[in-house]
Amino acid sequence: MLHNTFHFALTVGRTATPEAVQFWILAPLAVIAALGILVVKKAVHSALLMAWVMVTLAIFYIAQDALFLGIVQIVVYTGAVMMLFLFILMLVGIDSSESFVENLKGQRIPSILAAIGLGGLIVSLLGRATVSAPAVGLQTANAGGNVQGIAKLLFTQYVWAFEVVSALLITAALGAMVLAHSQKVRSPYAQRDLSIARFRKSSLGDAAGLPASGVFARRNAVDVPALLPDGSPAPTSVSQTLRSRGDIITSAPFALEAIEEQED
Amino acid sequence: MDISNYLYLSVILFTIGALGVLIRRNAIVIFMCIELMLNASNLALVTFSRIHGNLDGQVASFFTMVVAACEVVVGLAIIVTIYRSRRSASVDDASLLKN
Repeated sequence: MLHNTFHFALTVGRTATPEAVQFWILAPLAVIAALGILVVKKAVHSALLMAWVMVTLAIFYIAQDALFLGIVQIVVYTGAVMMLFLFILMLVGIDSSESFVENLKGQRIPSILAAIGLGGLIVSLLGRATVSAPAVGLQTANAGGNVQGIAKLLFTQYVWAFEVVSALLITAALGAMVLAHSQKVRSPYAQRDLSIARFRKSSLGDAAGLPASGVFARRNAVDVPALLPDGSPAPTSVSQTLRSRGDIITSAPFALEAIEEQED
Repeated sequence: MDISNYLYLSVILFTIGALGVLIRRNAIVIFMCIELMLNASNLALVTFSRIHGNLDGQVASFFTMVVAACEVVVGLAIIVTIYRSRRSASVDDASLLKN
């Protein structure tokens, strides 16, 4: 029989209807957010989408009778790990959005094909898998409480792994401290050094300092470039950070209209 | 809905994470994609725990979380160190040995 030869789906047991509704609402959102991580340009947006995927997974854990893991997922992942990610993003520059120029020519299409192949391989393996008995559920295992059940396993059967993990944590903390430690190799630039550097540049155009931002008195915000005497905007008048973030407003709407010359 | 749908979701998320590691160039985003893969495997472990009716899968998932936290701490410290010398968080710029 064809049906016996090919198992198109692994059947282990039905869930209750509310859980199914929750799954079909949240799972597509999680997949869309995960795909968004791949295509958004700014790393901060990737971090926000990642936090959303993690919260969704926490809801799935709680729906599957894993209350402890659901809470830990929110506290450790969306709380600590994603905050660490955002902290590092702020540290290495908010403008660390990447270029989508391929350094390896034609690497993207084979990557997508390889990923689809990997996914198809695991899905087909899952589809061919059979379980001897339907899903048991965690009602008996969680009878004394989910946290108590995990604690019982953690401190009896898995106590050795638990102790090794503590060594791993200490090593990671030490490693992070050693890697993040830096020695100062030069004194910080003083005003005198900066002045000398300005005068030693190839052109003396900004020897007196960079132009200030803003256009006349109509707009003095730091994101509007100043207008040069010939009417063209001066991009150097806006901070480098704003420029690399692309947060510059054009100064054209704030320019004064030409005043007709009056004859005396 | 069958419980195995959680496993298929886990496979999809794992695949997306693997694809992200392959095509993104920003080291921080690559790290996020690795986290996505670890999270997807956690979902599979929790689902297996439910199918088999014991808590061993959840304990394994707990250890995965601890290892992921360690990995993030060390990995981000390495990214900060690379950024300090190269002024870039792109993996393509870190192609030269220290000279």
